[in-house]
Amino acid sequence: MMLKRWKSSFLASLLLAAGLAGNAWADPQPAGVFKRVEGSVTVQHEGNRVPAVVGMPVYASDHVITGADGSAGLTFEDASLLSVGPSSDLAVDRFTFDTTTYDGAFELSLAQGRLAVVSGKIAKHQQDAMKVRTPGSILGVRGTEFVVEVGGKS
Amino acid sequence: MIARLGCAFLLIGLAGCATTDRVILLPDDVSGKVGKINVVGRGGGEVLLDSAYGEARAGNGEVRAGTLEAEDVRQRFAKELAGLPARPASFLLYFENDSNQLTADSRALLPAILEEVRRRPAPEVVVIGHTDRVGTVEYNDKLSLERARATRELLIAAGFDGAHIEVAGRGEREPLIPTDDEVPEPRNRRVEISVR
Repeated sequence: MMLKRWKSSFLASLLLAAGLAGNAWADPQPAGVFKRVEGSVTVQHEGNRVPAVVGMPVYASDHVITGADGSAGLTFEDASLLSVGPSSDLAVDRFTFDTTTYDGAFELSLAQGRLAVVSGKIAKHQQDAMKVRTPGSILGVRGTEFVVEVGGKS
Repeated sequence: MIARLGCAFLLIGLAGCATTDRVILLPDDVSGKVGKINVVGRGGGEVLLDSAYGEARAGNGEVRAGTLEAEDVRQRFAKELAGLPARPASFLLYFENDSNQLTADSRALLPAILEEVRRRPAPEVVVIGHTDRVGTVEYNDKLSLERARATRELLIAAGFDGAHIEVAGRGEREPLIPTDDEVPEPRNRRVEISVR
């Protein structure tokens, strides 16, 4: 029910974006899906900000933004697991995954906040195919479970 | 402590203090294995994390390595770690020879798979079909995909939304039990189901 409602508003915004931008919008293959949404969580997709709900897809070049009370859990096509903490801004810069060969690229940017990750098949298959960028560093991920914090108080 | 004071002075002095980015490697929650992360500082420096609770701090033009106490990390990141989605669950189902019919034993596993699906929010299922090496590669590509599709139909018949089931066939390329060509091997006539 929630999903249906979201779908229609998302479709409407997609149609609007398509209308404004001509016919060109990126590969519609989702990179991941929200499995858990708590508090304020929004997705910035093609210039629109949409409240996240469980079951909603995330695409390459989307941002996941959480409020002070917000957090979210996502799974990705390569079986990576992500958990985004409060007051966070996470961008999915790039996601490609070949389900036959497991070749792909998974690149994230955490501009602010906290992230817990269990990497999936992309990182396992190819060294440094998964990257996480922070304002001060670039992580080449070879596996598996890790946390990242940006802008926290020491 | 010194670092914190330095930061505070900088804040007063320069009205800005470069934040420190932290990366901490954890042992895998399920297997206990520890992976590897290479952390490159944008202002220079590089640290390879390869031990449990190893930490890299990037900021002020350098990357520093350290090791933290497990309990401190678990506590500080309690919310994020507890919020990770459940690991994918895997099931193997076997088929009769040259057929897309499940064996009786495997058919009996379907309720457990559906229960796993129902337990998860916004569940997705990936079904990958395989064959043994009897027959041509082309024939087995088709048969493996038929097995995956037949399994998908069974899940749909049991009430699961087909829009969230992906199927793929890998033919005879990934035998669970390696054999010579044209050797019948029941354990390779299978689909792997991943629920996430």
